[in-house]
This record gives sequence, C-alpha cells and structure tokens, in this order.
Amino acid sequence: MELRIVLQKRFGSFDLDMDVAISHFRTGVFGPSGSGKSTLVSMIAGLERPDNGLIQLNGETLFDGSLDMPPDKRRIGIIFQHPHLFPHLSTQGNLLYGLNRCPADLRRVDFDTLVEVLQIGHLLKRGVNHLSGGEKQRVAIGRAVLSNPRLLLMDEPLSALDDTLRFQIIGYLKSVCETFSIPFIFISHSLLEMRLMADQVLNVAGGRIIGSSSAEELARQRLGSSQVGYINLLELGRSCEAGTLYAYPWGAARLLLSAGSDRDNSIAELSSKDIILFKQHPEAISARNLLQCTVRSLFSSGRKIGVELECSGNTLISEVVQDAVTELGIAPGGTVYAAVKASAFRMLPG
Amino acid sequence: MPSFSSAEYAAILLSLKVASTATLVSLPFGFGAAYLMTYCRFRGKIALDVAVNLPLTLPPVVIGYLLLILLGQKGFIGRHLLEPLGIRLIFTWKAAVIATAVVGFPLLVRSIRIGMETIDPMIIKASRTLGAGWLDAMFSVIIPLSLRGVLAGSALMFARALGEFGATIIVAGNIPGVTQTIPLAIYDYASSPDGDAMAMLLCLVSVVISVLVLLFHEYLSRRMIRVD
Repeated sequence: MELRIVLQKRFGSFDLDMDVAISHFRTGVFGPSGSGKSTLVSMIAGLERPDNGLIQLNGETLFDGSLDMPPDKRRIGIIFQHPHLFPHLSTQGNLLYGLNRCPADLRRVDFDTLVEVLQIGHLLKRGVNHLSGGEKQRVAIGRAVLSNPRLLLMDEPLSALDDTLRFQIIGYLKSVCETFSIPFIFISHSLLEMRLMADQVLNVAGGRIIGSSSAEELARQRLGSSQVGYINLLELGRSCEAGTLYAYPWGAARLLLSAGSDRDNSIAELSSKDIILFKQHPEAISARNLLQCTVRSLFSSGRKIGVELECSGNTLISEVVQDAVTELGIAPGGTVYAAVKASAFRMLPG
Repeated sequence: MPSFSSAEYAAILLSLKVASTATLVSLPFGFGAAYLMTYCRFRGKIALDVAVNLPLTLPPVVIGYLLLILLGQKGFIGRHLLEPLGIRLIFTWKAAVIATAVVGFPLLVRSIRIGMETIDPMIIKASRTLGAGWLDAMFSVIIPLSLRGVLAGSALMFARALGEFGATIIVAGNIPGVTQTIPLAIYDYASSPDGDAMAMLLCLVSVVISVLVLLFHEYLSRRMIRVD
C-alpha cells in the first residue's frame, strides 16, 4: 500500500497543510480533537474536497486539483466513530450493501468467513435497531470490509464505546484486517489504542503533521508530559492463586497481582510512575514484586528520565528524576531492583 | 332527504381525479425541489425557497390569475408553447390540475424536506464510501428513509387539492361535468335559492374525505416520530 498525500484545506481560522507518504500496513494518526484528523480522513475518502493538493493510492491519482474522484469510485472504506448503519435494512442487508456494489472480479472477502471472524452469524436476520452498541459496531466493521476496500480508514472507531467493548472491538479490527490483509489508517486521540493498533504513527496537531514515529517511540517521548507517565503493557499468562494474591507468568518472570483473571492471555497496564528502583536488594519491602533488572538505556523526556529495563527477557520502562539517576548511579549495563505493588497493575478488559 | 344527481357524482369524481393527478404529477418535482434544498449548496437557494413557498401565502385567486395570463391564448407559454402543439388548457380539467398543483406544491415540498432532514447525513456518506454513486444513494438510502415524509406530504397536498377553489375557478371555470369540482358545486348551490340541502350534503362528503386523508397523514407522522 502506497498512499501519497499533499493536502491544503482552510476553513474559518483552521488551516490544514499536510504532506506525507504512507506505506505501513498499520498506520496510526494521533492527535487531540480539532487537530484535523477527521478532515484528513474525509479528504482521503473523497467526502470533503481539499482546496489544493494531491492524493495518490498505489500510483492511481484520486485527487489532483482538476481531478476529483467521487467517493464511490475510490474503494476506500471508512469505519466511523458511530456505526451509522442503514436503519431500513436488516443486519444482512447492511453487510451486503457494499459487497453488492463491488465488481465481481475485485471481491476477495468471503461473506461466511467474515461473519465467523466477527461472530455476527446470529444477528443476520435482525433489524439493526435491535442490536447493542458493540454489535452495531461489529456490523459496521463487517459492512466496510465486505465492500472490499483497498484501504480502510478508521476514524475514532472506539471512542463511543465503553472500556470493555473497546478492547473487544480492537480484537475484531485487528483480526479482520489480518485475515483479509487490508491495510488501514487508524485515527485516535488515545495513545493506548495507537500502541495496540498501529505500527507507524503520524503525530498531528493544529492541522500539521508534527512527527512520525513508531507507537512505542511516541509513548516514550510523551513520558515526561503525560500525567499517567509511560504505560507498560505486560503480556501475562494464565494466573493461579497465591495466598490472597494471584501469580502470573510474565515471560520467564513471575508477578503477583491483586486481580485475578480466568483467561489464558491478558494484558496488564503498569505506569512507569508505579515502579520504584533500588540500587541494592532491599531487605524487606511491602511491595510484593521485586525484580532484578539490567538497565538497557536511559532517555530523557521533559524533566523526567525514562529508564529502559531488561527483566528476565522482558522490557520495562520506569521513570525517575535526574537526581535519582546521579545518586543511584543508574547507567546502561548496571543492575537495579524494581519494586512494584501488586495493586499497581490494571488489567485491560477484553 | 335530497339525493345526488349525476352532476354531483361527476363533481365528486372530478375532485378526486384532479386532486390525485395533481399530487402524482407534483411528486417528482416536489422530491427534486426538496432534494435540492436539503442536500445541495448553490446560489439562489433562497430564491428557490421563496418561489416554492410563495403559493402558501399568496391568495389562490392571484395564482389563478397569473396562471391564466401565462397559459392563456395570449400568454407567453400559451402562445409560444401550447398553441403550436395544439394544446388548449384553459377551461379544461387539466387547468384545474395545474392550478391545484401549484397551490398544494409547498405543502408537499415541506413534508418531504422534513423527512429528508431527519436522515443522518453520515448514513448517506457511509453509502457513498461503500460504493454507491449519488443516484444509487438516492434510491437506496434517501428515498426509503424519507418515504414517510413523501407519503405524508402527498396526503396533505391531496387534502388541500380537494378544497382548491380560488385558482381553479379562474383558470378552469365552473362548468358542470367538465371542471366543476366539489367546492365549485357547493358555491353554485349556495348561491341558488333552494340549494342549501345539496350544499350541505356536498360539504359532508368534503368533510368525510378530508378527515380520512388527515387521519392517514396523522398516522404517518406518528410512525415517523416513533421510528426516529
């Protein structure tokens, strides 16, 4: 997938000016609301006309000032924040809307496979007004995917959902796009969603692209300015009871958490602020997790220093202030002990 | 108890014929005008809005007179378009249809427009990104979702058409059996010495038809609210 975008658009006091080439299969566009993300999506899809510029997808020109291909010819699907299903059609009618309009030789997505991936088989005959919020969004995903788009735009598709649904839908979005190998551009103001969905992230503010990096790099850059610090995402295995706590395998290490889970795999969030570093092994501490780590690198972000730690093959990011670095003599290659309370972890629902 | 003669039956049938023809003929134009005013941005939109709604506030007699001037033998359309084609409209039932259509048109457009404005614009955008051209989107999304507005508008216009008097009497005249609709027949009876009973009876017919149509309209509007 090769998407070339040069766009200028001005309305009122807002001025959008972007020039970028996108080639990653999973691209994110990250920025606060009002930064021009949705306008960018509308212009790529052909729903809004740029004042000036160029849009090329896989070498084909979609817009160049004189040429403005209508949205129905672009074969670019959109999943919006709200499902916007057709209220007069059944679930099946909604799903087939795009498929029926796609030329037979361009159809690659199999209806039955998609229904299975999204687990919407039991909803097909129902009217869409009788579906729950999460079901509607799944149908909206299916409808967009069945139109066999060359590129799928996801415009804040999770922000209208509650936390539990959000992570469910993330799973569906990822598996659908992988199953049918559809490249996508994921738009969101949530850094966590970016890290779960995108490889390469365009950072957008005030109608300009102010940076491009991996989601991981972006999260590290924002460690110092973010109120919650850097959020470590820990992939944990199946838990077992350990007294009043629960023990989880984390790579080769073992962690004690206060929350249990009956899933085989889960992701736990851990803020860089909740990790305390010791130079030597402390005699006795109340925090239930004490991990011996090797310092891999240091990076500064704002007034904070991020410490990348290696812990039994896992990576952990902690944050400290400059004074602590000096006092503890934290340097790459050195050994430190990281203490984390069992209650500091937060399980991602899903 | 007086009973209807063939002239009264003719008046009732003619009223129904004129009203339904006027409504059917106006539908595509009404839909087009509502579509333009809801979905298109263009210069002169306000002028179109005013022109469409003007018959709502103009006295029907004025409309009738303007139509007479326009469509008559000396009128612009009458002389340059109708006469070469051998069409004579004035003082025929077709003139009654035209007069009725013009008078009822704003009601039709208003209802359709309200129906269209209740459609979430994002649904239309979604249909476009799913591969529907604008005409396709119109038939597969806009028409089905504004159908109740279209039906409600048609019912309203039909009811208004049944009562049309002022414009009709000027362009179509009051010829029994040819252009005499229910209101015109009532007008005749009311001005003749012993026509009271017949006038009353025709009024009753008029009330019954109007009530039925308005009930239908009310039913549609309620369903429209419930769905949205």
